[in-house]
Amino acid sequence: MLTLEGVQTYYGNIEALKGIDLEVQQGEIVTIIGANGAGKSTTLMTICGLPRAAEGRIRFEQYDITRMPTHEIVQLGIAQSPEGRRIFPRMTVLENLQMGASKSNPDFFEQDLAHVQELFPILKKRENQRGGTLSGGEQQMLAIARALMSRPRLLLLDEPSLGLAPLVVRQIFEVIEQINREDDVTVLLVEQNAFHALKLAHRGYVMVNGRITLSGAGDELLDMPEVRAAYLEGG
Amino acid sequence: MEYFIQQLINGVTLGSIYGLIAIGYTMVYGIIGMINFAHGDIFMVGAFVSLIIFVALGLAGVTFVPLAFAIVLIVAIVITSVYGWTVERLAYRPLRGSFRLAPLISAIGMSIFLQNFVQLAQGARVKPMPPMITGGFTFLEGSDFSITLSWMQIIIVSLTVVLMAGFALLIARTPLGRAQRACEQDRTMAALLGVNVDRTISLTFVMGAALAAVAGMMFLLYYGVIDFYIGFLAGIKAFTAAVLGGIGSLPGAMLGGLLIGLIETFWSAYFTIEYKDVAAFSILVLALIFRPYGLLGKPEIEKV
Repeated sequence: MLTLEGVQTYYGNIEALKGIDLEVQQGEIVTIIGANGAGKSTTLMTICGLPRAAEGRIRFEQYDITRMPTHEIVQLGIAQSPEGRRIFPRMTVLENLQMGASKSNPDFFEQDLAHVQELFPILKKRENQRGGTLSGGEQQMLAIARALMSRPRLLLLDEPSLGLAPLVVRQIFEVIEQINREDDVTVLLVEQNAFHALKLAHRGYVMVNGRITLSGAGDELLDMPEVRAAYLEGG
Repeated sequence: MEYFIQQLINGVTLGSIYGLIAIGYTMVYGIIGMINFAHGDIFMVGAFVSLIIFVALGLAGVTFVPLAFAIVLIVAIVITSVYGWTVERLAYRPLRGSFRLAPLISAIGMSIFLQNFVQLAQGARVKPMPPMITGGFTFLEGSDFSITLSWMQIIIVSLTVVLMAGFALLIARTPLGRAQRACEQDRTMAALLGVNVDRTISLTFVMGAALAAVAGMMFLLYYGVIDFYIGFLAGIKAFTAAVLGGIGSLPGAMLGGLLIGLIETFWSAYFTIEYKDVAAFSILVLALIFRPYGLLGKPEIEKV
């Protein structure tokens, strides 16, 4: 469904991605784990063309999206809940969700709204509150809900567990599993919380310094001594 | 008292024109965080386009005033919008992502270009326009000072109110307005949600130019004379209005425009007409010192 071949990305002169090969199959949950600054978020943003890949190729289904403008890429059915959540602070929760809604299918709005409010009931309660006044956990839920409003086939999630209470993390991970299973949304999940992520995912990649160093099934990676040592124990 | 009311009427009229121009400044600032220094000249172009079409309609034998008025309004909006779009396309878009001062400098270049273009194409002399909409109401006739409320003033103020209300609604309720606010708050995220950011910015310039065109036409009909340089002063006054009201804030631009119009008019009426610009700009200085984020603007504090 999504393929990255030899993707290199630069921020100015700094090479953030040094040739990434990665693949996501229809229906999978795939995770990328790695330390701070390894290039996980850059990988997700490069898929959406912000920044654009300098080298290599990115394909989504039958399209080559390497040089496509961002708004066209996401209209193909890719949605992202980015690093830092990026809720529109001076818009209400409802307006944030309206921004996420599909441009091509306005008829689905009510139905999709009901669906995400069912996944995250708190968003219904906060409907008319400004995004900037929500708590961290609520903002994260809103970010995921907003991404889901476009009926994506591929959902890119950047550290949904960051800074949240364990109970909220569990709720969010349950929702990720549910939308993957019931709504057939393919998920590419970036996480520092390696244990949770590898438990949930079908497959995983380990990133170090802009390169992918390991890949394999979720439980396989969990059992590897080098993964345990670097990302699980003491963390 | 009669004198005061008369000045109030004049001030509100002038303030309407400033307010319409100020919206263009404040919207562009909101979405790209930069002042469009060519906006005053877009207003001047709007006035000239209106004059040209009025003359053309006169030659074509269209003498029915409401019809001529409506045609000029629409054509001036369309043509001036093209100018606004072009300014964005030439002076701003190629420099997006470059250092912050670059587009400001290119916009000043656009401003100088537009002034010289109009000066060369239309001549440097002031262009008169015979009064088209005359008459009005006179109150308190017979006493030593009578109050006049002209039809032109009524039209200017009511057209401004309608446009501003429509505009506020557009920003608050429509998908386009929502996309504009989204770009204003987080352009990257807006793009990730499928908003065509470049097009949204272009449309913002176009909307600002459309309102400036209306202001230009009103200015032409109200004062009856225009020249290639009117954009400079009116532009800076409207900019002052936008800053006073709180740059980036739509209601702020309307309020600021009204206040600058009133201050200027009352200053001319009760003190010296020579110093009316000084009065308006002193307000800018005071606003920047004591309330840099304006009357209705918010200081930039966000919870993250």
